[in-house]
Amino acid sequence: MNKTAERVMPIIFGLAGIGLWQAAVSEFQVPKYVLPGPIAIVQAYIGDYSTLNAALLSTLTVTFAALLFSAALGVALALAMAASDLARAAIQPWAVILQVTPVVAIAPLIIIWVNQPFLALVVCATIVAFFPVLSNTAAGLAATPHDLLDLFRLNGATRMQTLMLLRLPAALPFFLAGLRISGTLALVGAVVAEFVAGSGGFASGLAYRILEAGYRLEIPRMFAALVLLGMAGIAIYAALGLFSHLMLRRRDAA
Amino acid sequence: MIEVSGVSKRFPNGTLALDAVSTTIGKGEFIALLGPSGCGKSTLLRLIAGLEKPSAGQITWAEGSPKPGEIGFVFQDSTLMPWASAAENVFLPLKLRRKSRAETKAEVLAVLNQVGLAEFADSKPAALSGGMKMRVSIARALVSQPKLLLMDEPFAALDEFTRHKLQEDLRDLWRRSGKTIVFVTHSIYEAAYLATRVLVMSARPGRISASIDCHIDDGTDRRTAPEYVALVKRLSDMLRLEFSA
Repeated sequence: MNKTAERVMPIIFGLAGIGLWQAAVSEFQVPKYVLPGPIAIVQAYIGDYSTLNAALLSTLTVTFAALLFSAALGVALALAMAASDLARAAIQPWAVILQVTPVVAIAPLIIIWVNQPFLALVVCATIVAFFPVLSNTAAGLAATPHDLLDLFRLNGATRMQTLMLLRLPAALPFFLAGLRISGTLALVGAVVAEFVAGSGGFASGLAYRILEAGYRLEIPRMFAALVLLGMAGIAIYAALGLFSHLMLRRRDAA
Repeated sequence: MIEVSGVSKRFPNGTLALDAVSTTIGKGEFIALLGPSGCGKSTLLRLIAGLEKPSAGQITWAEGSPKPGEIGFVFQDSTLMPWASAAENVFLPLKLRRKSRAETKAEVLAVLNQVGLAEFADSKPAALSGGMKMRVSIARALVSQPKLLLMDEPFAALDEFTRHKLQEDLRDLWRRSGKTIVFVTHSIYEAAYLATRVLVMSARPGRISASIDCHIDDGTDRRTAPEYVALVKRLSDMLRLEFSA
Protein backbone atom coordinates (compact mmCIF):
# COMPACT_ATOMS: atom_id res chain seq x y z
CA MET A 1 0.00 0.00 0.00
CA ASN A 2 1.48 3.34 -0.98
CA LYS A 3 1.56 6.54 1.02
CA THR A 4 -1.12 8.46 -0.89
CA ALA A 5 -3.59 5.61 -0.54
CA GLU A 6 -2.80 5.44 3.15
CA ARG A 7 -3.63 9.14 3.49
CA VAL A 8 -6.77 9.07 1.36
CA MET A 9 -8.29 5.89 2.80
CA PRO A 10 -9.60 7.32 6.08
CA ILE A 11 -11.25 10.17 4.19
CA ILE A 12 -12.92 7.87 1.66
CA PHE A 13 -14.02 5.58 4.47
CA GLY A 14 -15.47 8.54 6.39
CA LEU A 15 -17.24 10.00 3.36
CA ALA A 16 -18.69 6.60 2.46
CA GLY A 17 -19.96 6.22 6.01
CA ILE A 18 -21.55 9.67 5.97
CA GLY A 19 -23.16 8.97 2.59
CA LEU A 20 -24.56 5.68 3.81
CA TRP A 21 -25.81 7.35 6.99
CA GLN A 22 -27.62 10.10 5.04
CA ALA A 23 -29.09 7.55 2.63
CA ALA A 24 -30.36 5.34 5.45
CA VAL A 25 -31.88 8.26 7.35
CA SER A 26 -33.68 9.53 4.23
CA GLU A 27 -34.75 6.08 3.04
CA PHE A 28 -36.26 4.93 6.33
CA GLN A 29 -37.48 8.44 7.26
CA VAL A 30 -35.88 8.27 10.71
CA PRO A 31 -37.19 11.18 12.82
CA LYS A 32 -34.62 13.93 13.50
CA TYR A 33 -35.05 13.59 17.25
CA VAL A 34 -33.90 9.97 17.07
CA LEU A 35 -31.11 10.14 14.52
CA PRO A 36 -30.51 13.22 12.38
CA GLY A 37 -28.70 12.78 9.07
CA PRO A 38 -25.45 14.60 8.29
CA ILE A 39 -27.27 17.29 6.32
CA ALA A 40 -29.55 18.10 9.25
CA ILE A 41 -26.50 18.29 11.52
CA VAL A 42 -24.73 20.73 9.21
CA GLN A 43 -27.93 22.79 9.01
CA ALA A 44 -28.14 22.83 12.81
CA TYR A 45 -24.55 24.03 12.98
CA ILE A 46 -25.15 26.78 10.42
CA GLY A 47 -28.28 27.87 12.23
CA ASP A 48 -26.49 28.21 15.55
CA TYR A 49 -22.82 28.60 14.72
CA SER A 50 -22.07 31.65 16.86
CA THR A 51 -23.23 29.95 20.08
CA LEU A 52 -21.56 26.66 19.17
CA ASN A 53 -18.27 28.31 18.20
CA ALA A 54 -18.29 30.32 21.41
CA ALA A 55 -18.91 27.08 23.31
CA LEU A 56 -16.02 25.41 21.48
CA LEU A 57 -13.74 28.31 22.32
CA SER A 58 -14.79 28.13 25.97
CA THR A 59 -14.07 24.39 26.17
CA LEU A 60 -10.75 24.83 24.38
CA THR A 61 -9.74 27.59 26.81
CA VAL A 62 -10.34 25.23 29.73
CA THR A 63 -8.49 22.47 27.87
CA PHE A 64 -5.39 24.56 27.18
CA ALA A 65 -5.29 25.99 30.67
CA ALA A 66 -5.50 22.44 32.04
CA LEU A 67 -2.81 21.27 29.63
CA LEU A 68 -0.46 24.03 30.78
CA PHE A 69 -1.14 23.20 34.43
CA SER A 70 -0.64 19.50 33.68
CA ALA A 71 2.69 20.12 32.01
CA ALA A 72 3.92 22.28 34.89
CA LEU A 73 2.59 19.97 37.60
CA GLY A 74 3.74 16.79 35.83
CA VAL A 75 7.27 18.07 35.28
CA ALA A 76 7.54 19.48 38.81
CA LEU A 77 6.44 16.20 40.41
CA ALA A 78 8.66 14.16 38.07
CA LEU A 79 11.63 16.32 39.06
CA ALA A 80 10.87 15.84 42.74
CA MET A 81 10.60 12.09 42.20
CA ALA A 82 13.88 12.00 40.28
CA ALA A 83 15.65 14.09 42.90
CA SER A 84 14.96 11.81 45.84
CA ASP A 85 13.74 8.27 46.36
CA LEU A 86 11.84 9.41 49.45
CA ALA A 87 9.91 11.94 47.39
CA ARG A 88 9.23 9.25 44.81
CA ALA A 89 7.88 6.89 47.45
CA ALA A 90 5.76 9.70 48.89
CA ILE A 91 4.29 10.97 45.62
CA GLN A 92 3.80 7.91 43.46
CA PRO A 93 0.84 6.22 45.22
CA TRP A 94 -1.05 9.51 45.46
CA ALA A 95 -0.52 10.26 41.80
CA VAL A 96 -1.88 6.82 40.95
CA ILE A 97 -4.87 7.29 43.26
CA LEU A 98 -5.69 10.61 41.57
CA GLN A 99 -5.30 8.92 38.21
CA VAL A 100 -7.61 5.98 38.91
CA THR A 101 -10.32 7.98 40.69
CA PRO A 102 -12.96 8.82 38.07
CA VAL A 103 -13.12 12.59 37.73
CA VAL A 104 -16.93 12.38 37.58
CA ALA A 105 -16.79 11.19 41.17
CA ILE A 106 -14.69 14.05 42.51
CA ALA A 107 -15.82 16.84 40.20
CA PRO A 108 -18.88 17.76 42.33
CA LEU A 109 -16.59 18.21 45.35
CA ILE A 110 -14.15 20.34 43.42
CA ILE A 111 -16.96 22.47 42.06
CA ILE A 112 -18.15 23.07 45.63
CA TRP A 113 -14.66 23.81 46.93
CA VAL A 114 -13.44 26.01 44.11
CA ASN A 115 -15.77 28.97 43.92
CA GLN A 116 -14.62 30.30 40.61
CA PRO A 117 -16.34 28.11 37.92
CA PHE A 118 -13.59 28.45 35.29
CA LEU A 119 -10.92 27.49 37.79
CA ALA A 120 -12.98 24.54 39.03
CA LEU A 121 -13.23 23.18 35.47
CA VAL A 122 -9.49 23.64 34.95
CA VAL A 123 -8.71 21.81 38.19
CA CYS A 124 -10.92 18.86 37.15
CA ALA A 125 -9.37 18.67 33.69
CA THR A 126 -5.86 18.93 35.16
CA ILE A 127 -6.52 15.98 37.48
CA VAL A 128 -7.47 13.91 34.44
CA ALA A 129 -4.62 15.12 32.27
CA PHE A 130 -1.46 15.47 34.34
CA PHE A 131 -0.60 11.81 34.82
CA PRO A 132 0.85 10.99 31.37
CA VAL A 133 3.20 13.99 31.59
CA LEU A 134 4.25 12.91 35.08
CA SER A 135 4.85 9.24 34.31
CA ASN A 136 6.53 9.86 30.95
CA THR A 137 8.81 12.61 32.26
CA ALA A 138 9.70 10.50 35.29
CA ALA A 139 10.54 7.59 32.99
CA GLY A 140 12.61 9.91 30.81
CA LEU A 141 14.54 11.29 33.78
CA ALA A 142 15.21 7.76 35.00
CA ALA A 143 16.40 6.64 31.57
CA THR A 144 19.32 9.08 31.26
CA PRO A 145 22.16 7.18 29.53
CA HIS A 146 24.45 5.76 32.22
CA ASP A 147 27.65 6.46 30.36
CA LEU A 148 26.78 10.13 30.06
CA LEU A 149 26.02 10.29 33.78
CA ASP A 150 29.48 8.76 34.40
CA LEU A 151 31.04 11.32 32.09
CA PHE A 152 29.39 14.14 34.03
CA ARG A 153 30.65 12.62 37.29
CA LEU A 154 34.21 12.31 36.01
CA ASN A 155 34.13 15.98 35.12
CA GLY A 156 32.91 16.99 38.54
CA ALA A 157 29.44 18.12 37.45
CA THR A 158 27.11 19.42 40.16
CA ARG A 159 23.61 17.98 40.56
CA MET A 160 22.18 21.13 39.03
CA GLN A 161 24.47 20.91 36.00
CA THR A 162 23.61 17.25 35.51
CA LEU A 163 19.92 18.10 35.68
CA MET A 164 19.97 21.11 33.38
CA LEU A 165 22.54 19.96 30.84
CA LEU A 166 21.80 16.25 30.73
CA ARG A 167 18.73 14.84 32.46
CA LEU A 168 16.17 17.40 31.32
CA PRO A 169 17.26 17.49 27.67
CA ALA A 170 17.47 13.69 27.61
CA ALA A 171 13.91 13.48 28.99
CA LEU A 172 12.45 15.89 26.41
CA PRO A 173 11.19 13.24 23.93
CA PHE A 174 9.50 11.38 26.80
CA PHE A 175 7.90 14.60 28.07
CA LEU A 176 6.59 15.43 24.60
CA ALA A 177 5.08 11.96 24.20
CA GLY A 178 3.35 12.41 27.55
CA LEU A 179 2.16 15.88 26.63
CA ARG A 180 0.49 14.49 23.50
CA ILE A 181 -1.57 12.03 25.52
CA SER A 182 -2.34 14.68 28.15
CA GLY A 183 -3.65 17.02 25.45
CA THR A 184 -6.54 14.77 24.50
CA LEU A 185 -7.13 13.82 28.13
CA ALA A 186 -7.38 17.51 29.05
CA LEU A 187 -10.22 17.83 26.55
CA VAL A 188 -11.94 14.78 28.01
CA GLY A 189 -11.47 16.20 31.50
CA ALA A 190 -12.85 19.59 30.50
CA VAL A 191 -15.96 18.02 28.95
CA VAL A 192 -16.59 15.72 31.91
CA ALA A 193 -16.22 18.62 34.33
CA GLU A 194 -18.64 20.74 32.31
CA PHE A 195 -21.16 17.91 32.34
CA VAL A 196 -20.97 17.57 36.09
CA ALA A 197 -21.07 21.32 36.65
CA GLY A 198 -24.06 21.58 34.30
CA SER A 199 -25.89 24.87 34.45
CA GLY A 200 -24.36 25.54 37.87
CA GLY A 201 -20.94 25.79 36.26
CA PHE A 202 -19.49 27.99 33.64
CA ALA A 203 -22.59 27.28 31.48
CA SER A 204 -20.93 28.05 28.18
CA GLY A 205 -18.84 25.07 27.08
CA LEU A 206 -19.62 22.45 24.46
CA ALA A 207 -20.65 19.88 27.04
CA TYR A 208 -23.18 22.31 28.45
CA ARG A 209 -24.55 22.89 24.92
CA ILE A 210 -24.87 19.12 24.50
CA LEU A 211 -26.80 18.86 27.78
CA GLU A 212 -28.97 21.81 26.83
CA ALA A 213 -29.72 20.39 23.38
CA GLY A 214 -30.59 17.07 25.03
CA TYR A 215 -33.11 18.69 27.39
CA ARG A 216 -34.73 20.48 24.47
CA LEU A 217 -34.64 17.41 22.20
CA GLU A 218 -32.61 19.41 19.64
CA ILE A 219 -30.77 16.29 18.58
CA PRO A 220 -29.18 17.71 15.38
CA ARG A 221 -27.66 20.52 17.47
CA MET A 222 -26.40 17.95 19.94
CA PHE A 223 -24.70 16.09 17.11
CA ALA A 224 -23.22 19.32 15.78
CA ALA A 225 -21.64 19.96 19.18
CA LEU A 226 -20.36 16.36 19.24
CA VAL A 227 -18.79 16.75 15.82
CA LEU A 228 -17.03 19.93 16.95
CA LEU A 229 -15.75 18.09 19.99
CA GLY A 230 -14.38 15.24 17.90
CA MET A 231 -12.68 17.62 15.51
CA ALA A 232 -11.19 19.56 18.42
CA GLY A 233 -9.77 16.31 19.80
CA ILE A 234 -8.17 15.38 16.49
CA ALA A 235 -6.82 18.91 16.06
CA ILE A 236 -5.25 18.92 19.54
CA TYR A 237 -3.67 15.52 18.97
CA ALA A 238 -2.31 16.53 15.57
CA ALA A 239 -1.09 19.92 16.77
CA LEU A 240 0.81 18.42 19.71
CA GLY A 241 2.25 15.77 17.38
CA LEU A 242 3.49 18.50 15.06
CA PHE A 243 4.81 20.52 18.00
CA SER A 244 6.77 17.54 19.29
CA HIS A 245 8.10 16.72 15.83
CA LEU A 246 9.29 20.29 15.29
CA MET A 247 10.85 20.54 18.76
CA LEU A 248 12.83 17.33 18.31
CA ARG A 249 13.85 18.18 14.76
CA ARG A 250 15.08 21.57 15.85
CA ARG A 251 16.98 19.91 18.65
CA ASP A 252 18.60 17.00 16.84
CA ALA A 253 18.76 18.01 13.19
CA ALA A 254 22.21 18.58 11.82
CA MET B 1 51.97 7.03 38.03
CA ILE B 2 49.24 4.73 39.35
CA GLU B 3 49.68 1.81 41.68
CA VAL B 4 46.96 -0.83 41.72
CA SER B 5 47.55 -3.07 44.72
CA GLY B 6 45.51 -6.11 45.66
CA VAL B 7 42.30 -4.69 44.24
CA SER B 8 39.21 -6.87 44.45
CA LYS B 9 35.70 -6.03 43.43
CA ARG B 10 32.66 -7.97 44.51
CA PHE B 11 29.30 -6.84 43.16
CA PRO B 12 26.24 -6.67 45.41
CA ASN B 13 24.92 -9.85 43.75
CA GLY B 14 27.97 -11.72 45.06
CA THR B 15 29.92 -12.04 41.82
CA LEU B 16 33.65 -11.63 42.33
CA ALA B 17 34.58 -9.54 39.28
CA LEU B 18 38.19 -8.92 40.24
CA ASP B 19 40.34 -10.92 42.61
CA ALA B 20 43.43 -9.25 44.15
CA VAL B 21 44.65 -7.50 41.01
CA SER B 22 47.96 -5.67 41.23
CA THR B 23 49.80 -3.71 38.58
CA THR B 24 51.57 -0.42 37.99
CA ILE B 25 50.71 2.07 35.31
CA GLY B 26 53.72 4.13 34.35
CA LYS B 27 53.63 7.61 32.88
CA GLY B 28 53.45 7.55 29.07
CA GLU B 29 52.56 3.88 28.84
CA PHE B 30 49.96 2.58 26.40
CA ILE B 31 48.46 -0.38 28.20
CA ALA B 32 45.98 -2.79 26.69
CA LEU B 33 43.75 -4.78 29.03
CA LEU B 34 43.07 -7.90 26.99
CA GLY B 35 40.75 -10.73 27.92
CA PRO B 36 37.52 -12.58 27.22
CA SER B 37 34.23 -11.01 28.18
CA GLY B 38 33.49 -11.33 31.86
CA CYS B 39 37.14 -11.12 32.92
CA GLY B 40 36.56 -7.83 34.72
CA LYS B 41 38.63 -5.62 32.40
CA SER B 42 35.95 -2.95 32.15
CA THR B 43 35.45 -3.13 35.91
CA LEU B 44 39.17 -2.54 36.43
CA LEU B 45 38.96 0.47 34.12
CA ARG B 46 36.00 1.90 36.05
CA LEU B 47 37.87 1.38 39.32
CA ILE B 48 40.90 3.25 37.97
CA ALA B 49 38.55 6.04 36.85
CA GLY B 50 37.10 6.22 40.35
CA LEU B 51 33.60 5.50 39.02
CA GLU B 52 33.45 2.54 41.41
CA LYS B 53 35.12 1.77 44.71
CA PRO B 54 37.16 -1.40 45.22
CA SER B 55 35.84 -3.93 47.75
CA ALA B 56 39.42 -4.53 48.89
CA GLY B 57 42.86 -3.18 48.06
CA GLN B 58 43.63 0.28 46.80
CA ILE B 59 44.49 2.40 43.83
CA THR B 60 46.99 5.17 44.54
CA TRP B 61 48.08 8.02 42.33
CA ALA B 62 51.67 9.17 42.69
CA GLU B 63 50.64 12.82 42.26
CA GLY B 64 47.56 12.64 44.49
CA SER B 65 43.97 11.85 43.59
CA PRO B 66 42.92 13.13 40.17
CA LYS B 67 40.88 16.33 39.98
CA PRO B 68 37.82 16.57 37.74
CA GLY B 69 38.90 16.48 34.11
CA GLU B 70 42.27 14.85 34.77
CA ILE B 71 40.87 11.55 33.56
CA GLY B 72 39.54 11.30 30.03
CA PHE B 73 37.11 8.43 29.49
CA VAL B 74 35.97 7.02 26.15
CA PHE B 75 33.04 4.62 26.27
CA GLN B 76 32.15 1.76 23.96
CA ASP B 77 29.41 3.89 22.42
CA SER B 78 30.29 7.42 21.46
CA THR B 79 27.72 8.62 24.06
CA LEU B 80 27.34 12.03 22.47
CA MET B 81 24.41 14.21 23.41
CA PRO B 82 22.21 14.11 20.28
CA TRP B 83 20.95 17.64 20.84
CA ALA B 84 24.40 19.21 20.80
CA SER B 85 26.77 19.81 17.88
CA ALA B 86 30.17 18.14 17.72
CA ALA B 87 31.83 21.28 19.08
CA GLU B 88 29.28 21.60 21.89
CA ASN B 89 29.80 17.95 22.82
CA VAL B 90 33.55 18.47 22.94
CA PHE B 91 33.07 21.68 24.92
CA LEU B 92 31.06 19.86 27.62
CA PRO B 93 33.92 18.96 30.03
CA LEU B 94 35.06 22.60 29.96
CA LYS B 95 31.53 23.88 30.37
CA LEU B 96 31.12 21.73 33.49
CA ARG B 97 34.16 23.57 34.85
CA ARG B 98 32.35 26.85 34.16
CA LYS B 99 34.58 27.95 31.30
CA SER B 100 32.93 30.12 28.70
CA ARG B 101 32.42 29.07 25.12
CA ALA B 102 34.30 32.10 23.84
CA GLU B 103 37.48 31.62 25.87
CA THR B 104 37.73 27.93 24.94
CA LYS B 105 36.77 28.20 21.29
CA ALA B 106 40.36 27.70 20.13
CA GLU B 107 40.94 24.71 22.44
CA VAL B 108 37.79 22.97 21.23
CA LEU B 109 38.71 23.56 17.61
CA ALA B 110 42.26 22.35 18.22
CA VAL B 111 41.17 18.94 19.58
CA LEU B 112 38.57 18.58 16.83
CA ASN B 113 41.37 19.28 14.40
CA GLN B 114 43.50 16.69 16.16
CA VAL B 115 40.90 14.01 15.39
CA GLY B 116 40.41 15.38 11.88
CA LEU B 117 36.92 16.76 12.32
CA ALA B 118 37.42 20.52 12.42
CA GLU B 119 35.07 21.07 9.50
CA PHE B 120 32.28 19.11 11.22
CA ALA B 121 32.33 21.28 14.35
CA ASP B 122 28.75 22.44 13.83
CA SER B 123 27.29 19.08 12.81
CA LYS B 124 24.92 17.25 15.11
CA PRO B 125 25.68 13.58 15.90
CA ALA B 126 22.80 12.44 13.66
CA ALA B 127 24.75 13.73 10.65
CA LEU B 128 27.99 11.90 11.56
CA SER B 129 29.06 8.33 10.80
CA GLY B 130 29.89 5.86 13.58
CA GLY B 131 33.63 6.44 13.16
CA MET B 132 33.21 10.22 13.20
CA LYS B 133 31.09 10.08 16.34
CA MET B 134 33.81 8.03 18.04
CA ARG B 135 36.36 10.66 16.97
CA VAL B 136 34.22 13.38 18.55
CA SER B 137 34.02 11.24 21.68
CA ILE B 138 37.83 10.97 21.75
CA ALA B 139 38.16 14.72 21.22
CA ARG B 140 35.81 15.27 24.17
CA ALA B 141 38.03 13.07 26.33
CA LEU B 142 41.14 15.01 25.25
CA VAL B 143 39.83 18.55 25.59
CA SER B 144 40.43 18.81 29.33
CA GLN B 145 44.11 17.82 28.84
CA PRO B 146 43.75 14.66 30.95
CA LYS B 147 46.77 13.00 32.51
CA LEU B 148 45.23 9.63 31.86
CA LEU B 149 43.06 8.46 28.99
CA LEU B 150 40.85 5.44 29.72
CA MET B 151 39.17 3.72 26.78
CA ASP B 152 36.57 0.97 27.14
CA GLU B 153 36.44 -1.04 23.88
CA PRO B 154 35.90 2.17 21.93
CA PHE B 155 36.29 0.64 18.48
CA ALA B 156 34.41 -2.62 19.06
CA ALA B 157 31.23 -1.46 17.33
CA LEU B 158 32.94 -0.01 14.24
CA ASP B 159 33.46 -1.68 10.86
CA GLU B 160 36.93 -3.01 10.15
CA PHE B 161 38.14 -0.23 7.82
CA THR B 162 37.08 2.48 10.23
CA ARG B 163 38.55 0.54 13.13
CA HIS B 164 41.96 0.21 11.45
CA LYS B 165 42.03 3.90 10.62
CA LEU B 166 41.08 4.91 14.16
CA GLN B 167 43.68 2.53 15.62
CA GLU B 168 46.37 4.12 13.45
CA ASP B 169 45.27 7.61 14.42
CA LEU B 170 45.17 6.71 18.11
CA ARG B 171 48.65 5.24 17.96
CA ASP B 172 49.83 8.46 16.26
CA LEU B 173 48.11 10.58 18.86
CA TRP B 174 49.78 8.65 21.64
CA ARG B 175 53.20 8.99 20.00
CA ARG B 176 52.82 12.73 19.50
CA SER B 177 51.24 13.57 22.85
CA GLY B 178 52.95 11.05 25.13
CA LYS B 179 49.64 10.56 26.99
CA THR B 180 49.18 7.65 29.35
CA ILE B 181 46.48 5.40 27.92
CA VAL B 182 44.71 2.34 29.31
CA PHE B 183 42.71 0.62 26.59
CA VAL B 184 40.27 -2.24 27.18
CA THR B 185 39.79 -4.65 24.30
CA HIS B 186 38.91 -8.26 23.55
CA SER B 187 40.76 -8.16 20.24
CA ILE B 188 44.25 -9.70 20.25
CA TYR B 189 45.15 -7.81 17.06
CA GLU B 190 44.03 -4.51 18.48
CA ALA B 191 45.97 -5.02 21.71
CA ALA B 192 49.13 -6.10 19.86
CA TYR B 193 48.88 -3.22 17.40
CA LEU B 194 48.26 -0.42 19.87
CA ALA B 195 49.91 -1.13 23.17
CA THR B 196 53.35 -0.86 24.66
CA ARG B 197 52.29 -3.42 27.24
CA VAL B 198 49.48 -5.95 27.20
CA LEU B 199 47.93 -7.11 30.45
CA VAL B 200 46.29 -10.46 29.72
CA MET B 201 43.33 -11.11 31.98
CA SER B 202 41.52 -14.32 32.82
CA ALA B 203 37.96 -14.75 33.95
CA ARG B 204 36.06 -16.09 36.96
CA PRO B 205 37.44 -14.53 39.02
CA GLY B 206 39.05 -11.71 37.05
CA ARG B 207 42.80 -11.67 37.40
CA ILE B 208 45.83 -10.45 35.48
CA SER B 209 47.49 -13.60 34.23
CA ALA B 210 50.38 -12.02 32.33
CA SER B 211 52.03 -8.72 31.51
CA ILE B 212 53.72 -8.68 28.12
CA ASP B 213 55.89 -5.87 26.80
CA CYS B 214 55.58 -5.07 23.14
CA HIS B 215 58.52 -3.90 21.07
CA ILE B 216 57.41 -3.07 17.57
CA ASP B 217 59.01 -0.32 15.51
CA ASP B 218 56.68 2.45 14.58
CA GLY B 219 58.66 3.16 11.45
CA THR B 220 57.55 0.15 9.43
CA ASP B 221 54.05 -1.07 8.77
CA ARG B 222 53.23 -2.40 12.21
CA ARG B 223 50.56 -4.79 10.99
CA THR B 224 53.04 -6.83 8.97
CA ALA B 225 56.11 -6.48 11.20
CA PRO B 226 57.47 -9.88 12.32
CA GLU B 227 57.42 -8.73 15.95
CA TYR B 228 53.72 -7.96 15.62
CA VAL B 229 52.95 -11.35 14.12
CA ALA B 230 54.96 -13.07 16.84
CA LEU B 231 53.16 -11.08 19.54
CA VAL B 232 49.74 -11.95 18.11
CA LYS B 233 50.72 -15.62 18.11
CA ARG B 234 51.99 -15.45 21.67
CA LEU B 235 48.83 -13.73 22.93
CA SER B 236 46.60 -16.19 21.03
CA ASP B 237 48.40 -19.13 22.60
CA MET B 238 48.00 -17.64 26.05
CA LEU B 239 44.30 -17.03 25.62
CA ARG B 240 43.77 -20.50 24.15
CA LEU B 241 45.42 -21.89 27.23
CA GLU B 242 43.05 -19.82 29.33
CA PHE B 243 40.08 -21.37 27.64
CA SER B 244 41.28 -24.96 27.72
CA ALA B 245 42.19 -24.62 31.38
